Amino acid sequence: MVTIHPERHPEHHRQDTAPPAEGHADGGPDMVQLLTPDGERRHHPLYDADFSAEQVRALYRDMALTRRLDVEATALQRHGELGLWAQLLGQEAAQIGAAHALRPQDFVFPTYREHAVAWVRGVDPLQILSLWRGVDHGGWDPHEHNFGQYTVVIGAQTLHAVGYAMGAQCDGVVGTGDADVDTAVVAHFGDGASSQGDVSEAFVFAASYNAPVVFFCQNNQWAISEPVIRQTRVPLYQRAAGFGFPGVRVDGNDVLATYAVTQRALQAAREGQGPFLIEAYTYRMGAHTTTDDPTRYRSSAEVEHWRARDPLARVETYLRRTVGADQRFFDDVAAEADELGHELREGCKAMPDPDPLRIFDHVYAEPPAELVAQRDAFADYHASFEDA
Amino acid sequence: MSAGVSVVGSGHLEELDDRSPVGVSKTLTLAKALNLGLHDAMTHDPKVVVMGEDVGTLGGVFRITDGLLTDFGADRVIDTPLAEAGIVGTAVGLAMRGYRPVVEIQFDGFVYPAYDQIVCQVAKMRYRSQGRTPMPMVIRIPYGGGIGAVEHHSESPEAQFAHTPGLKVVTCSDPADGYWMVRQAIECDDPVVFLEPKRQYHSGKAEVALDAAPGPLFASRVVRPVDGAVTATVLAYGPTVRTALRAAEAASAEGHQLEVIDLRTLSPLDLEPVYASVRRSGRAIVVHEAHVNLGIGAEVAARTTEECFYSLEAPVLRVGGFDTPYPASRMEEAFLPDLDRVLDAVDRSLAF
Repeated sequence: MVTIHPERHPEHHRQDTAPPAEGHADGGPDMVQLLTPDGERRHHPLYDADFSAEQVRALYRDMALTRRLDVEATALQRHGELGLWAQLLGQEAAQIGAAHALRPQDFVFPTYREHAVAWVRGVDPLQILSLWRGVDHGGWDPHEHNFGQYTVVIGAQTLHAVGYAMGAQCDGVVGTGDADVDTAVVAHFGDGASSQGDVSEAFVFAASYNAPVVFFCQNNQWAISEPVIRQTRVPLYQRAAGFGFPGVRVDGNDVLATYAVTQRALQAAREGQGPFLIEAYTYRMGAHTTTDDPTRYRSSAEVEHWRARDPLARVETYLRRTVGADQRFFDDVAAEADELGHELREGCKAMPDPDPLRIFDHVYAEPPAELVAQRDAFADYHASFEDA
Repeated sequence: MSAGVSVVGSGHLEELDDRSPVGVSKTLTLAKALNLGLHDAMTHDPKVVVMGEDVGTLGGVFRITDGLLTDFGADRVIDTPLAEAGIVGTAVGLAMRGYRPVVEIQFDGFVYPAYDQIVCQVAKMRYRSQGRTPMPMVIRIPYGGGIGAVEHHSESPEAQFAHTPGLKVVTCSDPADGYWMVRQAIECDDPVVFLEPKRQYHSGKAEVALDAAPGPLFASRVVRPVDGAVTATVLAYGPTVRTALRAAEAASAEGHQLEVIDLRTLSPLDLEPVYASVRRSGRAIVVHEAHVNLGIGAEVAARTTEECFYSLEAPVLRVGGFDTPYPASRMEEAFLPDLDRVLDAVDRSLAF
């Protein structure tokens, strides 16, 4: 009989490490869902909201446009115009729902995959592409959009979010009762980050100071090749109980539910009720990044399972069948997406390479003489080639 | 009175309008000087907040934050959970909200859980955001040995931070510098790792003039000038300044005149006064408690050699902690550079 070593046989390895089948089925009975994969509207006793037709159309439009942003950026990477791209495909509902629940004064701390949240916060997508092209580390002004810099070190930003929320408390902009003043903070992170010490420390600090922060975990089931079962034995939303604040699992592919739950959590935080953990149960349909090959660690059957839970398809069905949106609406969105795609392609290719002297900019508020001298020497050296 | 007194910070002038009347001075220990510096900084700028383990009710394990909670309240003097990454990471968020956090790391050896936040976040936030997100933060760290402590309580991690672009690293060696350097560091718009020689906290008082800073923050200082012929230049900082001064007195009895320079700022280094001295002496010895290998002394030696090559009579020598982990305290006297090891280095330099 031949012994098969799992490490050497990807098929077996895959079976060994795949999460339990029930983990993929529906997220369990506690998961808040307001729109089934078939587009049926459900109601929830705690987390629900009234959605106008206009609101649902706006949610759909933003999901469709950011899906196009993702598709275009992936293609731009394949064409060598971007160095790398972290795909959001499949996570549109989690991000768009969470972002639509924000008020202007709220502040968002993203990972490096919150392209759809950035979109809703008004960040020019080209200022996101410039990061992945290698022109800069993100071209937007965090304070103009109340949307922080992308953070590549996993989980580090969750602590920044708590500190910012503590600052909001000190500023007296929590629990005043004024909707234009009361402020909350969203800390985005993923299932992989949930294992980071920084995230646990962020939970401790947020609980200790009752900070107005909503921890928004997009559990997309995979941290590169590692399934979520490698990170946790209990559903992630249940961790909040151990830290002393509420935790809810929401269908991350249901934009109505992610909106409703986030809106409720943000409102509680703004009122001074403290932190809240949302686990948006979703799926990363694409690769971790464009350098990743997910066929090495997950099955096509699993991907097909989630394809049937597509976040856009259910809203389209709901819009056509129940809310009322004619073909012209979908045609208009498609045309808008085409236009966006064109702008992104042309804008990305037109981005000039930065002047190498920009290496030296913004290291310090007041650069030391040694650094200025280093810059000047490099400038002379660089110029010597241009003269030749 | 409030006549303008200029405090030279990091190359810029700032008017401090809450400083004490001209001519006023106090006789203080380093610990009390730092305490008063924090107090006055908090009075001067309501955005200054102090945070760390035991900094509130207890006043810090070394009492550097003593009384601040009473004077400024729990919103500005924050006892934190025991998590260094959490302390520095939340300070980043407070800075983004417009505050100027002054973080206390309880002991040098406990800074490493926060190392990622300091090196990847604090140091790089301004750069990452193209100047849009300043990080005005002071990270105070009691450092160095000589207090008979257990493991992780006697270390000298300065090179690990001085090697990181985006951070500035300074260290004080006497009460006057303690008061003024902490105030200047808090005024600085760049993040400053502020190293305090813990064995000197309570080891003697000195007069601190409260009406004007003795000089800019990012500058070294000749603390034992020599008129006429200089035998060698001894460079020290923090806890080894005292060692170097004692060595200089002993050498003087043997006819050797040592000029001693307190480096004060480790990133950026301010070596012009060093070059000026070495051009006169031809010999330089760097003294620090940190491990010699790849330490501040190595950088000082390299730069001094580049700038003073034709003036040198001997290679720049380094005296420091051995390249071992910090030993158990019954052996620390042998580990730490002392007067004899400095004088031995002077002899070796002269023998070249």
